[in-house]
Amino acid sequence: MKASWPALIVLFWLLVALIVPCLGLSPDTIHLQHILSHPDWHAWLGYDDLGRDVLARLLSGARVSVTVAATVTMVTFSVGTTIGLLAGYFGGWLDKLLMHITDVFLAFPGILLAIAFAAVLGPGVGNLMLALCMTSWVGYTRLTRAQVLAIRGRQHVLAAQVLGASIPRILGRHILPLLLAPLLVEMTFSIASLIIAEASLSFLGLGIQPPAASWGSMLRDGTRYLLVAPHYVLAVGVSLMSLVLAVNMLGDRLRDRLDIKR
Amino acid sequence: MSFAIKRIWGVLPVVFGVLLLTFLLVHLVPGDPVEVMLGDSATSGDRVQLRAELGLDQPLPVQFGHYLKHVAHGDFGRSIHQHTKISTLIAERVPATFKLALLALMFALIIGLPLGIAAALHHLHWPDRFATLSALTLSAMPHFWLGPLLMLVFSLWLGWLPISGMESGASIVLPALTLACGLAAILTRMTRASLLETLNEDFVRTARAKGLPERLVILRHALKPALLPVVTVVGLQLGSLLAGAVITETVFGWEGIGRLLVESIEKRDYPVTQACVLVISLSYVVINLLTDLAYGRLDPRTESGR
Repeated sequence: MKASWPALIVLFWLLVALIVPCLGLSPDTIHLQHILSHPDWHAWLGYDDLGRDVLARLLSGARVSVTVAATVTMVTFSVGTTIGLLAGYFGGWLDKLLMHITDVFLAFPGILLAIAFAAVLGPGVGNLMLALCMTSWVGYTRLTRAQVLAIRGRQHVLAAQVLGASIPRILGRHILPLLLAPLLVEMTFSIASLIIAEASLSFLGLGIQPPAASWGSMLRDGTRYLLVAPHYVLAVGVSLMSLVLAVNMLGDRLRDRLDIKR
Repeated sequence: MSFAIKRIWGVLPVVFGVLLLTFLLVHLVPGDPVEVMLGDSATSGDRVQLRAELGLDQPLPVQFGHYLKHVAHGDFGRSIHQHTKISTLIAERVPATFKLALLALMFALIIGLPLGIAAALHHLHWPDRFATLSALTLSAMPHFWLGPLLMLVFSLWLGWLPISGMESGASIVLPALTLACGLAAILTRMTRASLLETLNEDFVRTARAKGLPERLVILRHALKPALLPVVTVVGLQLGSLLAGAVITETVFGWEGIGRLLVESIEKRDYPVTQACVLVISLSYVVINLLTDLAYGRLDPRTESGR
């Protein structure tokens, strides 16, 4: 199989996120004599505004990014898909109500609602993930519902109903497997936007709190010292971009491979 | 006409939901919102007064009723820290954001349309590859990374533009460009896909077959229908620019409504946060509605088809 570089980049960051605690890095150690110093032999990406090793912080920031995206995805995927299955399968007032609720969530542009939730919940990783969970289930729900509407009248579903299969069995064994391909593509793009969303909230000071490292807060600090230490912003920005770009490209390829129209 | 009425009628529950959700925001604050907002230094008298002022001592449905009534009158209450009317604070900031979003939209059109058209006309050749790759890259660059990058290149290295603030007229260029790039990427992709599809239509083949020069085939026959779906995207994304402005204005110190929102969060001035979120999302809803209505006018097929 031809090696695909988006997959390699994603694998690289996943690996970093996994092994970073075992590397013995010291992302929080302060070297006052090196404040905003340029890259050298000991710190390949230089030092930040408190004299901390940018590379070490970058790698532990990757762990935060990946962990948040993975956790939120697991929660929103299961909750969002379940709601979509129920709405699509049962229809009627339940469907109407649920669709009105998703409409309201979609009425907030972009990341605004997540910012609002994170703002009132207060800073911290837990609240950050809660805010992202509360806002990013809608995509799965809408997609699942639309697909279920198209599938629920098919012969094999009717056959299962006639045979007296229970509703969880019909939903889980006869409908859900047919949705996995489009859901997988949706999930890939959702992960990319979650990585950006986590960084956005941390950039605004709403997410990960100091001294813990996060790409968003590093970019905020880096922008402040752009004049003296451009290496700081560049290192973090390129990392963030590489991961998001790679995940998006994987999504594009998956979509083409699975032949799904959006 | 009935389509317009139906569409407006359909938006009402959404508006109600948006009002309800923004109203509930303050009640999501863990613990006592009054305590969180005032901090430790406040006396119990201050707390009682603020609680009464915000109506937090009343039952939830009553509070929501008051909230609806006040919002309908354009009254968002007072800022806790600045003691001014929130409607005044917002009115001061809206023009700056509006200017920024409008210029960003212009930049996005100037970048996105030609790039998308070039990509479609040279399908699978280098202009197409260049446009697709740039669109992909730009969509992976959030504002808080693109902004500093543009600052670095255009202010620090080239010295062409002011780095931030709003002192000179040129200060708007970098934040607008930052805001524009994501939309430009979307426009490029949309224009390309739409034009590619149109170029395969029968009426384009007919135009070619009757011997019309390729330039006229594209200008007169292909471009107009191809740009129709792009109009929708522009409308829908105009609202998203408002959300993008929250980050962009923070990066560049641009005193718009997005910056007001972030400042209010930092000061825990929740009534201001609430009002900003409401104003931004309601504008988004209204812009989307207008786009939908405009689209019906532009494409006569949709009017009867729906």
